[in-house]
Amino acid sequence: MLSIVYFAWVREMIGRDGEALPRPAPETTIADVISALAARGDGYAAALGDQQRLRAALDQHFTPLDHAIGDAQELALFPPVTGG
Amino acid sequence: MKRVLVQTEDFDVAGELATLEALGGGGVASFTGVVRGGNGLAALELEQYPAMTRLQMERIVMDAGERWPLIGMTVIHRHGYLTPGARIVFVGTASRHRTAALESCAFLIDWLKVHAPFWKKEHFADGNTQWVASRSEDDARAHGWNG
Repeated sequence: MLSIVYFAWVREMIGRDGEALPRPAPETTIADVISALAARGDGYAAALGDQQRLRAALDQHFTPLDHAIGDAQELALFPPVTGG
Repeated sequence: MKRVLVQTEDFDVAGELATLEALGGGGVASFTGVVRGGNGLAALELEQYPAMTRLQMERIVMDAGERWPLIGMTVIHRHGYLTPGARIVFVGTASRHRTAALESCAFLIDWLKVHAPFWKKEHFADGNTQWVASRSEDDARAHGWNG
C-alpha cells in the first residue's frame, strides 16, 4: 500500500486527511497518482485537477511531481507552503 | 548549540536571547514573526505536516551551520490558532562574527518560509476563512541564497 496524506485546502476539498492506495508500480510518477485521484471527480477533481497549484513530498522530502514513486511509503500532497 | 522546537505554546524571546548570549560568541541576531492584525482578522491558523516539520527544520539548521561559523542556533515555530499580536516564529543565531549572525538569521527565516511544511489560514471576525497564498517574492528571496 502507498499512504497518501493531504494538507491545507487539498485536505479540506477532498474531505479527508489521508488514505491508503494499492501500491502503484515503482515507475509511476507523483503526477500519475494525482491524475488518477483527480479522475474520481467531486472534491478530488477540485483539489487535484490543477497540478500547477500542488506540491508534494515523498517520505517527508519535497519532491517534484514528475518524479517516480519508487519504493516510498508516504506521499503528501499540499499547496505551496506559507509558514514563517 | 542547536535548538529546534515546533509547539503550540508561546515562547520567551528574552530567555531565548539570553541562552544564545550566554554561549559567549559576542554576537547574537534574531528575528521574531508576529501575527499581523487588521482587515477583520480574528485568528491565524497554522497547519503543519507533523512527520516532516521538525525533520525539515533540522535540515535547514544544519544547512545554516555549514554555511556560517555559528556557535548557536534557535528556531521555534508555533502551530495552531494564533490571534493578532501573537508570536509565530523565532530565529536566533550566535556567532563570533556579526555578519555570520545577521546573514544566517536572514537565511533561516527566508528558508523557513519556503521549506518548512506549514500552511496559514486566515479566520475573519465575520466568519469567513481564507488560505494564505504563497508569495513569489518569498521564493525569489530563498532562491537568492543558492547563488
